[in-house]
Amino acid sequence: MPAREGTYGLLAEFDTPSDLVRAAQQARQDGWRRMDCYTPYPVEEAAEAIGFHRNKVPLVTLIGGLMGCAAMFSLETWISTLAYPLNIAGRPLYSWPAFIIPAYEWTILWAGLSAAFGMLALNGLPALYHPLFNAPNFRDGATTDKFFLCLEALDPKFDLVEAKAYLQQFKPNSVVEVEY
Amino acid sequence: MATKEVKPADPMIDPATGEFRVIGQGQTFRSITEKIARIVLTPHTPMGWFGLFTVAGGVAVVLLTAVTWLFLVGVGIWGITQPVAWGFAIINFVWWIGIGHAGTLISAILLLFKQGWRNAISRFAEAMTIFAVVCAGLFPLIHVGRPWLGYWLFPLPFTMTVWPQFRSPLVWDVFAVSTYATISVVFWYIGMVPDLATLRDRSQSKIGQYFYGMLSVGWRGSTRHWMRYETASLLLAGLATPLVLSVHTVISFDFAVAVLPGWHTTIFPPYFVAGAIYSGFAMVLTLAIPLRKFYHLEALVTERHIDNMGKVMLATGFIVAYGYGMEAFMAWYSASHWEAFMFWNRVFGPMGWSYWVLVTCNLAIPLTTLWSRKLRTSIPFMFFISIVVNTGMWFERFVIVVTSLYRDFLPSSWGTYRATKWDYMTFVGTLGFFTFLFLLFVRFLPMIPMNEIRMLLPGAKIKPKVAEAAD
Repeated sequence: MPAREGTYGLLAEFDTPSDLVRAAQQARQDGWRRMDCYTPYPVEEAAEAIGFHRNKVPLVTLIGGLMGCAAMFSLETWISTLAYPLNIAGRPLYSWPAFIIPAYEWTILWAGLSAAFGMLALNGLPALYHPLFNAPNFRDGATTDKFFLCLEALDPKFDLVEAKAYLQQFKPNSVVEVEY
Repeated sequence: MATKEVKPADPMIDPATGEFRVIGQGQTFRSITEKIARIVLTPHTPMGWFGLFTVAGGVAVVLLTAVTWLFLVGVGIWGITQPVAWGFAIINFVWWIGIGHAGTLISAILLLFKQGWRNAISRFAEAMTIFAVVCAGLFPLIHVGRPWLGYWLFPLPFTMTVWPQFRSPLVWDVFAVSTYATISVVFWYIGMVPDLATLRDRSQSKIGQYFYGMLSVGWRGSTRHWMRYETASLLLAGLATPLVLSVHTVISFDFAVAVLPGWHTTIFPPYFVAGAIYSGFAMVLTLAIPLRKFYHLEALVTERHIDNMGKVMLATGFIVAYGYGMEAFMAWYSASHWEAFMFWNRVFGPMGWSYWVLVTCNLAIPLTTLWSRKLRTSIPFMFFISIVVNTGMWFERFVIVVTSLYRDFLPSSWGTYRATKWDYMTFVGTLGFFTFLFLLFVRFLPMIPMNEIRMLLPGAKIKPKVAEAAD
């Protein structure tokens, strides 16, 4: 990503999740779209408030699981019938009931890895640098006990002075300008 | 009904429900964060930690010695021989894997059932799972005789073009246990990422900031991230649940698929899973009771947790009891001479003492006392019970493995089993190694999930929008 300059957004700090949710709801109603909430634990109401309802993690997990199942079952079939056929007590080479168990385990393995790493990838993580970490109060609060609403400069409605005044009406602890 | 037994003035009891509180009163987001983060970030490691670490490390060296000698000489140093070709290694493997299962149960199954009380104990129960699986995985590896050829277990293309035989439960086991280990580590790590971010932000030292900064992959608590994170956690819990049930089922297949009296039974899968959870909860108690005392976490790991774990142990203990009963019943009902003799020999034969240790430790002591709420919330008693059940469950595996093998169909091939000092050193060594890893975990990683505890606090409730005059 090319280095950006200027303002990333405006960050308002709240003491309670209720204040944050109320502010986020109002901002969305007033037409703000490029915004995000930052909380020390998952707050579902905040996601509702900024209009984030669905995500792709379940789809990624499903695809991963199906791939794991197909991969292991085909591998077992190929090994047992073509690559290394063994007569074990006269059982058929293609003993599919016995193949279910490793295929089942690999379904779970691939689905689980897809869920975990898919989640991180969809979140754009790892990303060790983010402009928000420049805000002086962000690191003390966002992962401990404060609730933040960030209006991003990319929003067409964004104007530094007006947005600052807009955020002040929610009576936050502070409104900070975040630089890239 | 339950409220009558306890003093109503007890501050740990919620007057609304009569149950013990999940979290002590008066905690805030900041106070619990401080409480948990301080354990990791303090520059002053408690002396007690160093003392225990030295002891555990010393015992782990015993394991290292035993395993080194084993690699130099071979499995002949163990007590395994004919007819008992499966000895301590398999007993310890099943015992350790079983212990691990409670961690997954707490972190995954109780999450799906929305049992909020589990939050405080889920992280270190998961850590316990991982370290138990590490100890468990060691045993099959060193038991194969030539551990440097252990990779033959996996379907890998090497020059001999030899491939695994997928009709064998032992190969199923490789996939079950390796999947279990991987998914447990991933679930544990993903669950820890937001807490590592908290530590990154609270750490005062450069090394701490760097270390936790790298591990927390730049987590910043965005709501969009949280929602994907919650979905992924729920999916991982949903995947870990069938996984944990399948792992011990597959392990029981190692026995049940064989045509040996005492092993060849259909009750094994559910009975193994219940036994795993039984011993696992006992191990969680064994770890949680000293930890909450040592780090003063009584407000977070409360009597409610101890009480609930006692209840789970009571329930799973009865499933295990049913399993024992069914074995005895089938010995008679099958009308098989071999089955009947095996059972008689297991209970009254020369190694019958082990069966009675098992009955005392798994049935007689816990299943008669865990009914009492007073005893379930007595911390010393629950610690005692946890040790008793862990012992009992070890003997259960001893009984299954050894007493089924040592007197088989042909009396001329009967034998006995006597573990050698190397067997004992390997087993005791893994206990030390487990403690060693666990101590490193409590020192350097957040042992209680802060983000999940925050959700339980009264401050986390979203109050409805104040009704404003319509304009």
